[in-house]
Amino acid sequence: MTKLYELTAHELAQKLAQNEISSIEATQACLERIEATNNLGAYLHVDSVGALALAKASDERRRANNTNGPLDGVPMALKDIFLTEGMPTTCGSKILAGFKPPYNGTVVQKLKDAGVVLLGKLNMDEFAMGSSNEYSGFTPARNPWDPERVPGGSSGGCAIAVAAGLAFATLGTDTGGSIRQPAALCGVVGLKPTYSRVSRFGVIAYASSLDQVGPLTKDVTDCAQVLQVIAGHDPHDSTSADVAVPDYTKDIEQGVSGLRLGIPKEYFAPGIDAQVRAAVEAAIKTYEQLGAKISEISLPHTDYAIAAYYLVATAEASSNLARYDGVRYGPRRDPGLGLNEMYDDTRSQFGSEVKRRIMLGTYALSAGYYDAYYGKAQKVRTLVQRDFANAFAQCDALITPTSPSPAFKLGENVSDPIKMYLADVFTVSVNMAGLPGISLPCGFTKDGLPIGIQLIAAPMAEALLLRTARAYEREHKWHLQRPAL
Amino acid sequence: MTRYEPVIGLEVHAQLRTQSKLFCSCSTAFGADVNLHTCAVCLGMPGVLPVLNRHAVDLAIRAGLGLGCTIHPRSQWSRKNYFYPDLPKGYQISQYDQPIATDGQLIVEVDGATSTVRIMRIHMEEDAAKNVHDDLIAGNRSYVDFNRGGTPLVEIVSQPDIRSAAQAAAYMKTLRQILRYLGVCDGNMEEGSLRCDANVSIRPVGETKLGTRTELKNINSFRFVQQAIEYEIERQKEVLASGGTIVQETRLWDTQAKVTRSMRSKEEAHDYRYFPDPDLPNLVLEPSYIENIRTELPELPAAKLKRYTTELGLSNYDANILTEDAEIALFFEKALAVFKKPKAIANWVINEVLRKLKTQNDDTAAAATLTDAYAQQIGELVELVEDNIISGKIAKDIFADLKAGDSPKRIVDEHGLKQVSDVGSIEPLIDEVLAKNPESVAKYKAGRTNMLGFFVGQVMKQTGGKANPKLVNELIQKKLS
Ligand SMILES: [Zn+2]
Repeated sequence: MTKLYELTAHELAQKLAQNEISSIEATQACLERIEATNNLGAYLHVDSVGALALAKASDERRRANNTNGPLDGVPMALKDIFLTEGMPTTCGSKILAGFKPPYNGTVVQKLKDAGVVLLGKLNMDEFAMGSSNEYSGFTPARNPWDPERVPGGSSGGCAIAVAAGLAFATLGTDTGGSIRQPAALCGVVGLKPTYSRVSRFGVIAYASSLDQVGPLTKDVTDCAQVLQVIAGHDPHDSTSADVAVPDYTKDIEQGVSGLRLGIPKEYFAPGIDAQVRAAVEAAIKTYEQLGAKISEISLPHTDYAIAAYYLVATAEASSNLARYDGVRYGPRRDPGLGLNEMYDDTRSQFGSEVKRRIMLGTYALSAGYYDAYYGKAQKVRTLVQRDFANAFAQCDALITPTSPSPAFKLGENVSDPIKMYLADVFTVSVNMAGLPGISLPCGFTKDGLPIGIQLIAAPMAEALLLRTARAYEREHKWHLQRPAL
Repeated sequence: MTRYEPVIGLEVHAQLRTQSKLFCSCSTAFGADVNLHTCAVCLGMPGVLPVLNRHAVDLAIRAGLGLGCTIHPRSQWSRKNYFYPDLPKGYQISQYDQPIATDGQLIVEVDGATSTVRIMRIHMEEDAAKNVHDDLIAGNRSYVDFNRGGTPLVEIVSQPDIRSAAQAAAYMKTLRQILRYLGVCDGNMEEGSLRCDANVSIRPVGETKLGTRTELKNINSFRFVQQAIEYEIERQKEVLASGGTIVQETRLWDTQAKVTRSMRSKEEAHDYRYFPDPDLPNLVLEPSYIENIRTELPELPAAKLKRYTTELGLSNYDANILTEDAEIALFFEKALAVFKKPKAIANWVINEVLRKLKTQNDDTAAAATLTDAYAQQIGELVELVEDNIISGKIAKDIFADLKAGDSPKRIVDEHGLKQVSDVGSIEPLIDEVLAKNPESVAKYKAGRTNMLGFFVGQVMKQTGGKANPKLVNELIQKKLS
């Protein structure tokens, strides 16, 4: 018997529509589950009172036959990077402890308008910097499949919440793989839409030219439904695309027969975990059996992407994080300090990874080094974009592993930043090129750890991506497995 | 002894005349309560993103075109990173290596000699907020007022073509005049709408290399521009004469002591770590868009001055006064459209309207006064005088009491103020005045011809100023001869 919290969002929506379940019941089920799995460290803030009030309002709308769409009454949670009016928002950092934003971000408002019940805010690496959630300013989060292992980062809390039934769906952000990598490590579906597809207004910036908002869900259909609500032009975000939003569920069951799928050879280099490789290769076979045309392609600049990515991301971050200076908000510990001392004291509250990236970015932008580092990285970025453009001239979507390895142990990579940075090696190029990418479960290791496959498509081809993902999901039931907790 | 020549370049910050800020919809009105005109965006709160105010772009294009610059179809927003409490994001959004306009010029006149100062570039940027140091009330604390933060500015950077303090002041004045003509900036220096940094160096006459310069920061009046630069030139000459070297540094003009003082040395200058702002797409302007703005440009002061003297036949003196300020020139032209005698309208505008404006001493009040309706009234009034319908005296009375909605023609009709020019009704009044003042008549006849004014005045008084003074004059002289 499936437990209530194990339902997908669209299954829940159906039951809500048929009055089999109330939103209050679904919300309570999540709240109880959150309570019971406290040790995972998924949530940084739970708003049970507010959530139950929203659920009650949704149930009333339903009684009055006046619901706001398929997600009305569905309990969801957000990475703590989204600004939520009146609700604590820390971005996983002590520097924002106690901060209650005066406004809702655009996607938050869209979810509210859709009648979603907001349960609370999810754990993350501080300022979204990290690939393991161990850099949370508050508490590291744990993988529900093996609590000794990391859930991935930076949207680790989001992936845990979905995998363990602490929310029916979540929103995360992905700068270099922060949705897809934890989705893979926790066995859920995670989509990074095309850069500019979803508004960034009210999302705390890490690297503005790379950040993108996206859903983490139990299955591909949920992913499509959440994307449907959050996608679209936002006049508050000058980089958001003024392009019509298609119906993402319309062709989702259409299959992949005749689709041309490319396998970038650079993503199967030595270093990739053998079990991961085997699972991804098996998935490719499945696609072949489903009628897709598989061909090997090349993305020759893949090797340079991660270095270029860290230069671009840290440069932008060093500037984006300058506002946390203690002048207007955030804790000011000693009111008697002079100006420079206050800056020092405030910014000493950043965690070590954030400091490391600010330093790196500051250096990359400084006079005399700009051309050698930031300027060069932007050139590499152009080459990476060109690689993908060439690839999409030959095929409709690409298949790669999402992460080179399954979830690693807590503490395993913390002392070795470079090794940690390589956790995103298969995902960063997609951000550098602004493309949509999705990760979905494609198997388990013999230790029972989830493995993810990544699909990548051309800009704005989310519908194709979802359809391709859904075709695989129909064949295998990996996504139906739940961690034993 | 070595003779030195000064080399001066000016960086002028002009606040663009928009209703709202550069990247948010907060008001730019001056003088509001502290931190009233702020929002999450201009406070740089987490998660905010800038949205460009297109009106500010239009004004920057106007400024560029008015100063003869090339407007670039593609320019770029950059971040200028530095820490200061008045800079909420930790960076200022500005234009750096790809500004909106470059390569213009300004013709400057000093003591009748004209010279050309080249404009290097015009770029757009957002203003910083304002630190308020309040050591009296709260005991040595500082506050920040963010009302000004995010206000749109253009920075107009000249080439180092200026060779004297007077020329620098003239440059500022002419620049202000053109910006006001263009409607780009209100030019209000007291409110900080127009501020100037001056880069000053000196070099031996004949030398082509630039000497070490100092930067005089935030000068906010024409007088201070001239005084500060004059002082700085002399100071640098003395340093060199005594065998010293000029230190590159930022200096401030102390308006009390009338000296420049070192603020900070350039050695500790910031590395601003400029890079393209990833939150803002490049500013792309269609050539037709720029051309449309060009066709809407008003006639600029130099062209207007020429037209007033050649086509309207005004004196250089009158034309200069009328064209000094765009609003006055426009007002003059509107009144002229009502009654087409340039000299007569010019006299009234200069002698009456401008005198009245001076008592207001406030640009906003002045702008409110110089309405279309007021121009209509002045045109009518001048017409009434010029057509001998009323006397100048009556006209001035009407002018003094003129209210919005009044029509001088109607006032003259309703109050029967038409000038009396018929001999039959004036003669008896003259006879009466002469009869009442026999001693004065005797004095006049004894040669005191200046008594004439007295008689005329008496008659005018009798008629309530309506009698045609010229006619009265003639009639009295005839009677006493
Ligand atoms: Zn604002």
